[in-house]
Amino acid sequence: MKKRKIKETIQKAVIWLCAFITVAALAWIVIYIIANGLAHLNPDFIFSEYKGGKNGILPMILSTVYVVLLSVIIAAPIGVGAALYLVEYAKPGKLLYLVRFATETLAGIPSIIYGLFGFIFFVTILKFSFSLLSGALTLSIMVLPTVIRTTEEALKCVPVSYREGSLALGATKFQTIRGVVLPSAIPGVLTAVILSIGRIVGETAAVYLTAGMVTRFPGSMMDSGRTLSVHLYVLAKEGISFEEAFATAAILIITVALINLATNKAAGRLKRSFTSQDN
Amino acid sequence: MNNTQIKISTKNLNLYYGDNHAVKNINIRIEEKKVTALIGPSGCGKSTFLKTLNRMNDLIPYVRITGDVYFEDLDVYKDYDIVELRKRIGMVFQKPNPFPMSIYDNVAYGPRTHGIKAKEILDEIVKSSLEKAALWEEVKDRLKQNALGLSGGQQQRLCIARVLAVEPEVILMDEPTSALDPLATLKIEDLVHELRNNYTIIIVTHNMQQAARISDQTAFFLHGEVVEYGPTKKIFRVPEDKRTEDYITGRFG
Amino acid sequence: MNKACNSISANISYGTQQKKYRLRNLKEHIAEGLLLLCAFLAVISLLIIATYIFYSGVPIFGKVGFKEIVFGMVWKPLEGSFGIFPMIAASLLATLGSVAFGATVGLMTAVFLAELSPLWLSKIVRPAIELLAGIPSVVYGFFGLIVIVPLIDKYCGGGGNSLLAAIMILGIMILPTIVSISETSLRAVPVEYKEGSLALGASQLQTIFKVTIPAAKSGIAAGIILGMGRAIGETMAVILVIGNTPQLPGSLLDRARTLTSNIAIEMSYAQGLHQEALFATGVVLFVFIMILNIVLTTIFRKAGEEK
Repeated sequence: MKKRKIKETIQKAVIWLCAFITVAALAWIVIYIIANGLAHLNPDFIFSEYKGGKNGILPMILSTVYVVLLSVIIAAPIGVGAALYLVEYAKPGKLLYLVRFATETLAGIPSIIYGLFGFIFFVTILKFSFSLLSGALTLSIMVLPTVIRTTEEALKCVPVSYREGSLALGATKFQTIRGVVLPSAIPGVLTAVILSIGRIVGETAAVYLTAGMVTRFPGSMMDSGRTLSVHLYVLAKEGISFEEAFATAAILIITVALINLATNKAAGRLKRSFTSQDN
Repeated sequence: MNNTQIKISTKNLNLYYGDNHAVKNINIRIEEKKVTALIGPSGCGKSTFLKTLNRMNDLIPYVRITGDVYFEDLDVYKDYDIVELRKRIGMVFQKPNPFPMSIYDNVAYGPRTHGIKAKEILDEIVKSSLEKAALWEEVKDRLKQNALGLSGGQQQRLCIARVLAVEPEVILMDEPTSALDPLATLKIEDLVHELRNNYTIIIVTHNMQQAARISDQTAFFLHGEVVEYGPTKKIFRVPEDKRTEDYITGRFG
Repeated sequence: MNKACNSISANISYGTQQKKYRLRNLKEHIAEGLLLLCAFLAVISLLIIATYIFYSGVPIFGKVGFKEIVFGMVWKPLEGSFGIFPMIAASLLATLGSVAFGATVGLMTAVFLAELSPLWLSKIVRPAIELLAGIPSVVYGFFGLIVIVPLIDKYCGGGGNSLLAAIMILGIMILPTIVSISETSLRAVPVEYKEGSLALGASQLQTIFKVTIPAAKSGIAAGIILGMGRAIGETMAVILVIGNTPQLPGSLLDRARTLTSNIAIEMSYAQGLHQEALFATGVVLFVFIMILNIVLTTIFRKAGEEK
């Protein structure tokens, strides 16, 4: 009896220890980087160019924003369309299975493979060269599974009674989707977009091989550009400046934290909009 | 003067869910501008039957239907465009299902879907529909508020207004008061009473008193069959079939 | 009389009505077709990606020889030797090492969150893990470079850039994946199972280890395999800490180079056969990922059948 108690105490201690390791690892990384990064995080660093003695990251911020916008503009409509087809139209069978298999596989492919593909296909064969467009096209395929799956979940949450109500009024299937189903799932679509933004901002390998690493202000989407993550990689890899690297890393972490906050808000809204009717 | 016309009729109507024979050989004639109540124990096929009339069963896979349903002498499953059919045969569901949008948009949804865009016309339709559904006075100052904030009874009347806005000829009601409290139920019953002058109403109900109070004709369903169909007064006072009598006097539970 | 009039006007408008319906049905079909196309774009993308990677990476196996590449020990692309066995070994070792760490700590953390943690504490830990999941991998790499590598150098020697550093960084990186998926499946275990065990006089911990974890094993396995996929596919974080020498690592403290880092480091300047060899590296990586994926879908299908 006593032996069992000791054993249980040890087991419990191990579980607590593991949870502690997880949280401690996070706290260590986040605090260490933010603390070191804040020292260098001033308006001059954020809002100046990266040339002529200045080491600002404004061009990288802009490149990141452009790549994010372009990728979302490409991936969101396609992903939402695909999710609508899968949830509203597709009947169980080979086609559904094929699309499922493709999205699962796309979700599992490492980003460096996306980079390789983007390099050979968009950069070389389609002759988009190293450009924000090549990067965004590559990334939009990469985030497609995220958009599809998240939107699918949101669509499945829309009560059948909404669809019935609309159809019974003589609306067609597509009118029902456009008028009732999709609007009800908007917070879910928003979640999908925010999650994708997080992945795009954090991506390095795929962008590095497709969008290039020029530190100029990008003038058009055919220009090459360097995103923040790539910038951090170059700074650290080439040992250019650890101070700047810290500051860039801090910005990335803060961005991710904000994105997580936004995701939780959007997801919360989705939940609320369907529960409030049961009162 | 008895010039009643037949609005909807069925001929040897059967419905199967896979192997389950849920609706058996129904032959029924439903009169125009009357309230017809469908009563019977749970699972007797009355709701399923109701949904064959506006083809809502089309949504469910594995459903097979044989026989005919006629709406004004044309076959519902062959001669009608499904959208046109559902426009003319509206439906109110068991659980109020307003869309998660404003009260105004809920009512305007149907007319908008059918191509009406002018603001003045929509305003007019929304107002008159809400008035017909006896909801206008309660909501006229908060048309822009989300419909999900209304009480259950108000939500159901909103759903009725939403149906009225597309100007149907027939309204199917699938246990419209089963999710409501007694007061809200009474309001819906009053409303049905008002609407019978202009619409043909078919209502499925579990509530015997309700059927007796509001309907002109009553059909008693059991195990997917119509056991007895006739004027409500007759069904409730002198039923011909022993099973009808048993059910009405409460021996079926 | 009235009815006759109605039916005449109905007949007149019948033709235009039909036209309206046809136009509307056409619109419906176009909409459905467009949505189908969107869904199919995922399939098309996968096909194009696989085609181009294999098209660019497979021919060199014929020119140089499958054995010479996959089991070749020497990577000197400019001198014509394209052996990537050291990279395969490094990738597998780094993945297995990080999964050993990540699976243990991750599963226990999941148990903690699902069974032991007081509510207020999970409210802190769960968002923390979400944050951990969102942090860009390059930030992990940077942290490894600036903190882990010097620590290893200080206590174990050897410069610090090593397989061990990669394992530590990857181990932390895959924690969130394993924790969140394991926790979800632990929570999905029906309460009746646990009650049954507790009612037989088993303690809380006995119940967790004998009933709950075995019942959730497919979900936990799925989480671990997804973590594996992340670890084997990670590139930038690994480059920053592993040293990148294309040699077979003899110990945890040796420098090494993974398949992914091989591609990322040399792609920018590779030409001709060299570039093909990098695509071949991609093909090998792709095959590993496909195997993991097949294992994963099998697990999910099994889990589906059990339910």
